[in-house]
Amino acid sequence: MTDELRIGNRRFNSRFILGSGKFSLDMTKAVMENGGVEIATLAVRRANEKGEENILDYIPAGLTLLPNTSGARNAEEAVRIAMLARELGCGDMIKVEIIRDSRYLLPDNCETIKATRMLADEGFIVMPYMMPDLSAARSMADAGASAIMPLGAPIGSNKGLLTKDFIKIIIDELDLPVIVDAGIGRPSQACEAMEIGCAAVMANTAIATAGNIPMMAKAFKLAIEAGRAAFLSKPGRILHNRGEASSPLTGFLEGAE
Amino acid sequence: MKVNGKHLELIPPMTVEDLILNTGRRQDRVAVELNGKIIPRSEYACTLLKEDDSVEIVGFVGGG
Repeated sequence: MTDELRIGNRRFNSRFILGSGKFSLDMTKAVMENGGVEIATLAVRRANEKGEENILDYIPAGLTLLPNTSGARNAEEAVRIAMLARELGCGDMIKVEIIRDSRYLLPDNCETIKATRMLADEGFIVMPYMMPDLSAARSMADAGASAIMPLGAPIGSNKGLLTKDFIKIIIDELDLPVIVDAGIGRPSQACEAMEIGCAAVMANTAIATAGNIPMMAKAFKLAIEAGRAAFLSKPGRILHNRGEASSPLTGFLEGAE
Repeated sequence: MKVNGKHLELIPPMTVEDLILNTGRRQDRVAVELNGKIIPRSEYACTLLKEDDSVEIVGFVGGG
């Protein structure tokens, strides 16, 4: 049975989206291979002068690149960055990231909805990073988003799935893939996100700040696969105020009472 | 002329292609905005720069 992740007209086997920030270029290939990653995010910045190395030379061939609009503070800036990213020639997927808050780095949902519409109209496969709010997610879907990327916790915090209940609401109410992005700090949290029905997990800092970076990429891969399998197997019910024997209660020692 | 926010002396005639190569960058690794408008790679060689131009040259870096 195939279990593909579908984003717009694209198909993927891996559900682990890796951010490429914060680790050395030398490590990029090993991390992506260990993580079984098929999509990696990148940022757009002013280009290096002379001789400095380019991350594209370190990313394994065949990977799908997902540029982000980090640095954008409003919809217009996000569109400008997205257009430059497309001109760089690595496809038409874009992660919209619009942030005006420099302490917690929380996304601006209103500007993100605007940018989603503008970029979808330009033919991009738009994946908005957002504060998990159902009505904003609906507006992004209506604006042409191909996936919704709610945060679990502030970017780079490794605090985990703090917004779990609100992400679950979006998963239940929208037909689009929901990809938890930001804040996931441990494989167990990635697994939990997948168990509740997230279509994929995006992580960067969790891996980049680990003691053994390639091994942590592997741990995330396994956790995401386990969580996906658990979701597909439909987790069993929970009893809140009693137990239920797993072994038969009859057939031996009947006379003991 | 301004390039990525810094003043750069223009010695005409200089095209966008000249500017990229003179500063040690690779054409297939950059995107260029000239006065706020994206210049397609196919036009680098035929786009002449002027003293009052503002150029942004961007590329991919690691990011989440």
